[in-house]
Amino acid sequence: MFALAAIALFIAMILVLIRLFAGPSLYDRVLALNSFGTHTVLFIGVLGFLNGRPDFLDIALLYALINFVGTIAILKFFRYRAIGDIPRKALEDEG
Amino acid sequence: MDTVIQVLSWVCIVSGSFFAIVGAVGILRFPDFWSRLHAASISDSAGVILLLVGMALQAGLTLVSVKLGLILLFLFITGPTSTHAVANAALVSGLKPRRSSVDANDPKTPEDDKAGSR
Repeated sequence: MFALAAIALFIAMILVLIRLFAGPSLYDRVLALNSFGTHTVLFIGVLGFLNGRPDFLDIALLYALINFVGTIAILKFFRYRAIGDIPRKALEDEG
Repeated sequence: MDTVIQVLSWVCIVSGSFFAIVGAVGILRFPDFWSRLHAASISDSAGVILLLVGMALQAGLTLVSVKLGLILLFLFITGPTSTHAVANAALVSGLKPRRSSVDANDPKTPEDDKAGSR
C-alpha cells in the first residue's frame, strides 16, 4: 500500500520535473518547484512509514517549511533583484 | 474495528496518491500558467490531506499522528500563501491570463504561453 503510494508520488514528481524544465515562464518553474517540494514532503512521509522510521516525519515537517521559504525567496529575488536589502526606491515605486 | 481502520486508511492513501498524480498531470498538460495554478492546488490540497489522513489512520493515536497533524497544519498555511505569492508575482510582472479578464479592453491579450515571460 505504501509502496503503491511511493511509486505514485515518484511518477508525480517526474511529471512535475518535466514541467519545471519545460516551463516557458519563470513562474511556471517556481510553481513546479513548489509542487515538487510538496510531493517530496509526502514522499519522505511515505518512506518513513515504509521503512518503519517514525523520525522521518520531522524531516518532512522541516522540508515543508523550507520549501515555502525557498519559494518566497525566489519570488522576492526576481522582483527586486535583491533578497536582503531592497533599495528604498524599489519599495517606493512598488506603491 | 481494526479492519475498518485498515480499509479506510488504504482507501485514503490510494485516492491521495491518485490525486497527486492527477495534480502532476494537470501541471504538465494545462495550456498556460494560470490554469496550472489550479492543477497545482489539486495535488496540494486533496493529495496532501488524503495521504496524511491515511498515514495518520495507519499510525493510530500516537506521536506520529501528532507530527502528521502538524505537517498538515503547516501545509495548510504555506500552500495557499505560496500559490498566492507566485500568482501575484506573475501578475505584477505582466503575465496576463489568456482571456484577459483583468482588463478586458486590453488589445494585446496574449495567447497562452506567449505572454510576457521573463
